[in-house]
Amino acid sequence: MGIFQKLTPEQFQAIGTELDAIRNRVLADLGERDAQYIRGIIRRQRQLEVAGRVMLMIPPAWPLGVAALGASKILDNMEIGHNVMHGQYDFMGDPALNSQKFDWDSADTAKNWKQTHNYEHHTYTNVLNRDHDIGYGLLRMSEEQKWEPRFLANLPLTVILHTFFQHFVAVQNLKLEDYLIYKTKTGEQLKEEFKPVWKKMRKHLAKDYVVFPLLGGPMAPLVFAGNVAANLARNVWACAVIFNGHFPEDVEQFPESVIKDETRGQWYVRQLLGSANFHGGRLMHIMSGNLSFQIEHHLFPDLPAHRYAEISPEVQAICKKHGLPYNTGSFFQQTLSTWKRIAKLSLPGRRKPGNGATVPANDAEQPRELPLAA
Amino acid sequence: MNTATTSNSFLKSGVRRLLSSRLAETLTTPHGVDRYLELFNPTWSVHEVRAEIVAVKHGTADSVTLTLRPNGNWQGFRAGQFVRLTVEINGVRRMRCYSPANSVHAADGLIELTAKAHAGGFVSRHLKTALTAGTVVTLSQADGVFALPEQRPDRVLLISGGSGITPVMSMLRTLLDEKHAGRITFLHYCNTALDMIYANELALIAAQHANVELIRCYAQPEQGGELQGFFSREQLLAAVPDYREATAFLCGPPAMMQAVEKVWSEDGLSERLHLERFTVAPLVIDSGGAEGEVRFARSERLAVNSGATLLDQAEAAGLRPESGCRMGICKACTCRKTNGVVRDVRTGELSEAGEQEIQICVSVPVGTVTLDI
Repeated sequence: MGIFQKLTPEQFQAIGTELDAIRNRVLADLGERDAQYIRGIIRRQRQLEVAGRVMLMIPPAWPLGVAALGASKILDNMEIGHNVMHGQYDFMGDPALNSQKFDWDSADTAKNWKQTHNYEHHTYTNVLNRDHDIGYGLLRMSEEQKWEPRFLANLPLTVILHTFFQHFVAVQNLKLEDYLIYKTKTGEQLKEEFKPVWKKMRKHLAKDYVVFPLLGGPMAPLVFAGNVAANLARNVWACAVIFNGHFPEDVEQFPESVIKDETRGQWYVRQLLGSANFHGGRLMHIMSGNLSFQIEHHLFPDLPAHRYAEISPEVQAICKKHGLPYNTGSFFQQTLSTWKRIAKLSLPGRRKPGNGATVPANDAEQPRELPLAA
Repeated sequence: MNTATTSNSFLKSGVRRLLSSRLAETLTTPHGVDRYLELFNPTWSVHEVRAEIVAVKHGTADSVTLTLRPNGNWQGFRAGQFVRLTVEINGVRRMRCYSPANSVHAADGLIELTAKAHAGGFVSRHLKTALTAGTVVTLSQADGVFALPEQRPDRVLLISGGSGITPVMSMLRTLLDEKHAGRITFLHYCNTALDMIYANELALIAAQHANVELIRCYAQPEQGGELQGFFSREQLLAAVPDYREATAFLCGPPAMMQAVEKVWSEDGLSERLHLERFTVAPLVIDSGGAEGEVRFARSERLAVNSGATLLDQAEAAGLRPESGCRMGICKACTCRKTNGVVRDVRTGELSEAGEQEIQICVSVPVGTVTLDI
């Protein structure tokens, strides 16, 4: 029996109150410091982008150009785009940093992202059939997902997902598997939904693979290759960070029944159990968009992400107090653990309960009961 | 124009055209050209009016006069119009409306804004105490129908109270620059002589121009003004006997404006009185009769109608819609109502039930309302 079933309604409520207190304190403190931080990151990202694109046209500087452009795209997506679109900086009232208006350097439209990510993924974190991030319709990422022969390709498909991550994310909201495999969606529907996606995708493909290479004149092939490399670096890194946040072996997943009459305290605990952190220095945190603090991010998705490091000790103290696991490890450990899970799940069968100090994922033999709290 | 300036402006328009081109848009997608230009200079922008503060002066104890140099996007203004000024205070953008007080013919292209810092004035106090030369602020283009008509009236009566002096100051300065031949009466109301913004300049103007008459009216006794007390018909008749012949421009606090409007309306002269409401009378919110709910469709939030303005209710629900003056002037908060009836708190008028754009800072829901926020 997992910790989720052991907690009493009073404990859930206490956890909710304690976490709310952190949230309210940070909200009341938002101001100049946060504005300066995000503007500083944006300035650095734009500098890297401009410098990177110039260096791609100068052969000896090409590797530096790839590094700069790759870093710029990572910053744009992770610490800036993802966080701004969560509304973390809406309090500033700056249209350039407004979650409703911001768009990022990614094939995915801001609108679709906010649907699949902000709404579906963050509300129904790790709830099967609700959180599409569990496998992206492509992979088997949970013991509770019914095995199908296509999941034998779990590992190579994961590599492909990492490689073309921005485009997979771009079509995530279309739920392609409903058309290709489950036949619950018609081609007409799909075509209609693809239109805005293609419009955005087209612009980004044109920018990276046509217009900038043409500007490079005789250097066109180099510029083209540089963009491929920078996009690849961003795709692999972003996908790895996200996988580490939710799929290490001890991270819990939940049946759909869990969200019925869920209290705020239960929601918080589900976010806690459904996320994992990884260690790193300041640069690691910035480049991962502070998703190295995935737990804090899932508890407080709309607080400026650079604050997560500061509140992490308090969150850990709350976890300790209530006997909740706080899943963290090195980037390498979490990655290894994630890939082990993906490998295991490519084969049929369900995992037996684990035995470590942390809570096992799903105990398939005993269908989980909801706590009686409501 | 010499060759240097010609080629310079040719270059400028060329760069501008390039920066607004499809190519520039494609290269900077999705962020847009401005987000890269500002790396080099915070006032550079293809679309936005941004201005650098070049001077900060304090004409009276509680006012501040800012001189701003706008970038090339500024299209100028008509004397009397206002701009929306956006400043950032502790990381949060705040927008307020101010009327430039300078002549529209100012050759230096600078904009002069004067704000009076009153106790509750969060933004005006910041303007007064925290802004320094070199700060870059955002402006809107000039807006508002309160302005000198293109066909200048001959006999002009400018009536202002407190910080409402700024738009009529612009009118006066503009008319003087145009060597206006007709008579101009500048009737200004304020608390004490020391409170009067532009006091010295106005005295000088009146001394130098035979066609300009300055009438100062102080509320406090023994201040030495031409008049004392508050506006009344009797006072007006005595001070400006020919007021009926004049085209009048009025800007001041609500109570004073009401008194003036009443006289002109009783005389059947309302169309000769142009006015600008600088501040609105405090909104009277009737929360007792509030019913239904407010649905914020885009953010999927729901709130029980509290009877407050939709802007207040949105903020109470944790949303941060764009807003500005909070008194129905600046239109920054305009958003789409998809369903429901709202009451305009200024006029009490009820809206239609269907889809329309509304200013949420001056709209209260009458029953259930759905907003696209």
